Amino acid sequence: MNGQVVIVGAGPAGVRAAEALVKAGVLPVVIDEGRRSGGQIYRRQPDHFKRSYDTLYGSEAHRAAAVHRAFDALLPHIDYRPETLVWNVAEGHVWATRAGETEAIPYDRLIVCSGATDRLAPVPGWQLAGCYSLGGSQVALKAQACSIGGAVVFMGTGPLLYLVASQYVKAGANVVAVLDTSPFAGRVKALPKLAEQPDLLWQGMKLTLALKRAGVTVLSGMTPAEITGDPETGVSGVTIRTASGTLRHFECDAVAMGWHLRPETQIADLARASFAFDKATRQWLPEIDGDGRAHVPGLYLAGDGAKVLGARSAEVTGELAALAALADMGVAVDKDRCRHLRAERVRYVRFAQGLAEAFPWPHQFVADTADSTVVCRCEGVTAATLRASVSEAYATETNRAKAFSRVGMGRCQGRYCGNASAEIVAALRGEPVECAGRLRGQAPVKPIPVGTARTDV
Amino acid sequence: MSAAESTADVAIIGGGLMGCSAAFFLAQRGLSVVLLETDKVGRQASGTNFGNVRRQGRPISQLPLANRASRIWRSANELLGADVEYLQNGHIRVCFRDRPENVGKMEEYAAQAREEGLDLELLSGNVLRERFPWLGADVLAGSHSALDGHANPRLAAPAFARAAMKLGAQVVEDTKIVHAAKIGEDFVLEAEDGRRFRAPTLLVTAGAWAGKIVSQFGEPVKLTPRAPTMSVTEPVPYAILPAVGVMTPDEVETVYFRQVARGNIVLGGSTRAPSYPDEYRAYVMPQNTMTQFHHLRRLAPALAKLQVIRVWSGIEGYTDDSLPVMGPSGTVPGLFYAFGFSGSGFQIGPGVGETMAELIATGHTDIPIEGYSIKRFA
Repeated sequence: MNGQVVIVGAGPAGVRAAEALVKAGVLPVVIDEGRRSGGQIYRRQPDHFKRSYDTLYGSEAHRAAAVHRAFDALLPHIDYRPETLVWNVAEGHVWATRAGETEAIPYDRLIVCSGATDRLAPVPGWQLAGCYSLGGSQVALKAQACSIGGAVVFMGTGPLLYLVASQYVKAGANVVAVLDTSPFAGRVKALPKLAEQPDLLWQGMKLTLALKRAGVTVLSGMTPAEITGDPETGVSGVTIRTASGTLRHFECDAVAMGWHLRPETQIADLARASFAFDKATRQWLPEIDGDGRAHVPGLYLAGDGAKVLGARSAEVTGELAALAALADMGVAVDKDRCRHLRAERVRYVRFAQGLAEAFPWPHQFVADTADSTVVCRCEGVTAATLRASVSEAYATETNRAKAFSRVGMGRCQGRYCGNASAEIVAALRGEPVECAGRLRGQAPVKPIPVGTARTDV
Repeated sequence: MSAAESTADVAIIGGGLMGCSAAFFLAQRGLSVVLLETDKVGRQASGTNFGNVRRQGRPISQLPLANRASRIWRSANELLGADVEYLQNGHIRVCFRDRPENVGKMEEYAAQAREEGLDLELLSGNVLRERFPWLGADVLAGSHSALDGHANPRLAAPAFARAAMKLGAQVVEDTKIVHAAKIGEDFVLEAEDGRRFRAPTLLVTAGAWAGKIVSQFGEPVKLTPRAPTMSVTEPVPYAILPAVGVMTPDEVETVYFRQVARGNIVLGGSTRAPSYPDEYRAYVMPQNTMTQFHHLRRLAPALAKLQVIRVWSGIEGYTDDSLPVMGPSGTVPGLFYAFGFSGSGFQIGPGVGETMAELIATGHTDIPIEGYSIKRFA
C-alpha cells in the first residue's frame, strides 16, 4: 500500500501536501530547490537576518508563519532535500541534483508543486542591464533586503505589480512610478468575481492608495514604448504612452516588470502530462481533474505550477492532491475534508478568473512587437528574425519557429519568451494564439553543469 | 472520394535531408518533383543529429560519396541561398589511453583514406594537447582531418527543401502516405486524407519510417528506431574550432562535441535510447545524459564547468549492419531507395541526394553504392 511518494517543491502547496501525507502515515521525499521551505511567496530570509514576519509578509504574515511551522514540524518524519533541483523525470524516477551530484529517486506517486514565474512581455530595451522581473525584484528585497536600483519603475499588470511596488516603498526604496497596461474599467468590471476574496480585494485597493499617498505616479491603461538606456550603463528610463495617448518619460535606473504569472510546467511536461489551452489566460496548462490528478497515472499537480490561483489556494490544492494520492493508494481519506477543499478551490478559481479579467495579458501589444525589439533575451533574437521563420521558412507554430529562429532555445527554455513567441507567430499567420501551440519542455528543467556526476550507481 | 491527383516525374516519400537534397538536385536537372512529408521537413533524424560534417571514420568504400557530399557542403550557402552554418574547421578523432590498439587502426585507416583523397594527420596525445589544449590527459592519440567540419542540422534539410521549391519542386508537408503501389507505368501514392499522387519514378527516403513502405513493394527491411543523446551548453567565447569525437568499439564511450560560432557547445554520443516512430516521439534518457557527461569529461575536462541548457533527441532508423539502403529496388522498375542511414547520414546527405538524382535522371552513377543494395536483405 505505502508506495513511495515524492513531492517536488516546498512552497505552500508542497508543505500542505507533505503534511496530509504524514498525517496518514505516508512519509514522502520532499525535494526543494530553495535553501529552506516556504517557496517563493513565503521565502525565508537568511539565518542572520532579523526582520519580523510582519515586515516580510505584511497581511500574509500569519499564513507564512503557519506554513513554516507546519513544515518544521514535519522535518523529523520526512526525507527533506533542500537546495536540490529536479532536472528530469523518466521511467518512474525524478532526477535530482545538488552541488554537482545527481541521483535518480524512484517514486510510485509524484506530486509536483513547482510554482510560477513572472509572465513577461517584450518591451524595446528590456534586454538592458537593470531590467528585472517583478518576482526577481521581490526576491532581492525579501531575501537580501536589497532594492534592484536607486530609482525603480514598476511596469506590467497584476496584483504582484502593486504588491512589490508597495513593499519597495515600505522598505524605503525610491519608487518612481507604477505603470499598468490594464485599463481601470476592466478592474471595475471584474469586481463581482474579485469579491470572492473580499480581504484580498480590499488589500489591493489599500496598496494602490498607499502608493498614491506616498507620491508614486500610478497609471492604468498605458502602453510601454521603450526602456531607454545603453548596453554599457544599462537602464536610464522608461517611456510610455498614456491611456490618453501622450508620451511620458520616467527617469530611472531599474525596471521591474511582469504581467501576472505563468505556471512552471516543465516537470509536469517531462512526466508526460497532457496540456490544454486556457482561453482566460491565453496559456497552455497541464490537464488535471478537480483534485489535481494528471492524465498520467501516479502524477498529481498542485499550486501555481498547475494553474495560477495564488498562495492561499496552493495550500488547498496541495492538500487535495495529497488526499487524491492517498485515496488512489487505497488509504481512507476524510471525504468531508475533500469536499470542503474542492469548494474552496472553486472560489479561488472564480477569483483567479476575476484577476485575469482585471489584469489581462496585453496580447495585442505583444503581437504588435516592433521588428527591432528583442523577443528572446537569452539568445538575443529580434521579432524580425522570429517573423522571418514564419514568412520565409514556413514555420507554422512556435516549436518550428524556435528551430529556425532560436527564440526559446536559450537557457530559460522559453519561460520568458514562449508566450510572446506564440502571440507573434499566431498574429502573423492570422490564427488564434492556440494554433501556435506551446514550446515543448525539455530537460534539464534548469541548467546543470557537464561536471554533474551520478552518485547512485 | 474524388481525390485530387497530383503528378510529377519523380515522387519522393520522406522529407529528411536525403529527400530534400534529392528533390533539389532532381529539380536542378529539370525534372518535376513532388516531395511528400508526414510531418515537417527535416524535423527528425536530419534535424536533431549532431551536425558532424565528418568524412573520417566512415567506411573506406563510402569515401567517394562522402567526398562528393563534402564538395556540396562547401558551396551550400551559395547553392541554396541560405546559411546552413557550415564551418570547415576540421575534425579530430581521438582514442583513449586504455585502448592503445586503436592507434594502429587509425594509422591503417589513414593510409587507406589517403588513397581515396582524404588526408588525415596522425598526432600524439601531447602534440594534440599543444594544439588543442582543451583535450584531456586521457587522450592517447588522434587523427586530424583539416577539411571536415560541422553544420546546423536544424537548418540544412529545410534549406534544401526551400531551394528545391524555388526550382519548381512541390514540397507537401503534413501528408502521410498510407498506401503506395505501382499501377501500370505509374506509382500511385495515397495520403491518409485520400489525396493521391502519381509519378513514374518513386524515391523512398523515409528514414525510420521506410520499412512500412518498402514492404508494400515486397522488399521488407528490418529497421530499428533509435534516439541519439544530444545536449547543448550555454554560450561561451568561441575558442574550439574543430569537431571532436572518440573512436571506440564501446557505444557508451562514443562522445563528441563541437562549438558553434555563437558560442554554445553541442554534445552528442554515448548510449542511444529506443524511439517511437508511430508516436513520433523520442526521449532522452537521463542515465545516458550522465554517461555522456562522464566520458566527455575524459575527452575535454575543461568543459565540466559549463552548464548544459537543453537536451534533445530524434528518430533514427538503423539497419542490422548499420549501412544504408541506397540504390534501385531489386524488384520494381522505377523504384529507388535511400534510407536506413543508421545515425551516420548527415555528412553524406547532400551527396546521397545528388547521387540519387544522377541515378534517377541518367540511370547511372560512378559513386560506388552496390554494397548498399536492398537485395542484401532479401
